[in-house]
Amino acid sequence: MNTNPGLIGTKLGNTQIFLDDGEVRRVTAIKTGPCVVVGKRTPEKDGYAALRIGIGERRAKLVTKPSAGAFKKAGVEAARLVQEFRIDPELLDRFEVGQKLGAADIFQEGQFVDVSGTSKGRGFTGVMKRHNFAGAGTVGHGTHEYKRHGGSIGMNMTPGRTLRGQKMPGQHGNKKATILNLRVVRVLADESIVLVEGGVPGPRNAFVTVKGAIKKAPVPLPEPPAKEEPAANAPATDEG
Amino acid sequence: MSGSVPEIDAIEQAQMRERPTFRVGDTVNVHFRIREGDKERIQVFKGVVIRKTKGGAGATFTVRKVSSGVGVERIFPLHSPRIEKIEVTARGHVRRSRLYYLRNLRGKKARLRERQRQTSDES
Repeated sequence: MNTNPGLIGTKLGNTQIFLDDGEVRRVTAIKTGPCVVVGKRTPEKDGYAALRIGIGERRAKLVTKPSAGAFKKAGVEAARLVQEFRIDPELLDRFEVGQKLGAADIFQEGQFVDVSGTSKGRGFTGVMKRHNFAGAGTVGHGTHEYKRHGGSIGMNMTPGRTLRGQKMPGQHGNKKATILNLRVVRVLADESIVLVEGGVPGPRNAFVTVKGAIKKAPVPLPEPPAKEEPAANAPATDEG
Repeated sequence: MSGSVPEIDAIEQAQMRERPTFRVGDTVNVHFRIREGDKERIQVFKGVVIRKTKGGAGATFTVRKVSSGVGVERIFPLHSPRIEKIEVTARGHVRRSRLYYLRNLRGKKARLRERQRQTSDES
């Protein structure tokens, strides 16, 4: 279970940036947020610790009644998309329901993240595009109507059936895909953008989730610049 | 490619540096910072620009020179922080955007005519 904190974002697209020593990093820009904590799951009540994080806004007409109730109870605007992020129970107190989260609240430069999204749909495709089959190989010598086929799908009487999981043509893409261990090259706090090295599944403007990498040592949350603690303890005094 | 996303344009703008305008066919001196172990020094690469590619912050240009009888080409990222400066020493008159034909020419034939008129894209 990935209990590293994360955020929802939208993929903006790819670009490149220069590091100080002149090296180029090809990056994907992900606008994380503005995310809002729309709820919490606590070990006492729910048996596990998680943050419910929302992004975007949804017109009142389109909000289902059960979720409208949940948003109302939390005192936040209806979000377009809500996802739960399992976190370490000890970190739960650092977040408040209604709190806005930006990239700099969660991510640090240099850390590794996992990014999931829905890959671009390619429809019903053949085995060459979908599974990188080689096709008929020698196209010629009388080969016809077989150039992009997959070849044999099994044996004869034994086992007498096609094995489960045999790679065949079918729907390709439009499926959840996760890319592990992408390095965060830069965090733009003001715009709430993370620049992540490498590619990210899905088209531009698609929602993606960015989480601390599960296969790397956990990275502590960036220390808030002394603004989060007083706000979390006594939000009323800040306003007054 | 991603020219229509304002956030990405802003990121690219921030990467871009002030560079003199030069065209394909011009002779330039590229002052390029080179790391040797711990020391840094500046190497000047002097030659003819035979290609420029677009691409915002990722724009590159190729410089060709003949060094002790061997043709040498280097591709520089236009906005690389390692480029200290670019000096334009001559403006050449050329009629195409990619001067690959220079690779097949040597000596006197590989010279370019000086460009007389100033064209509109130069400031």
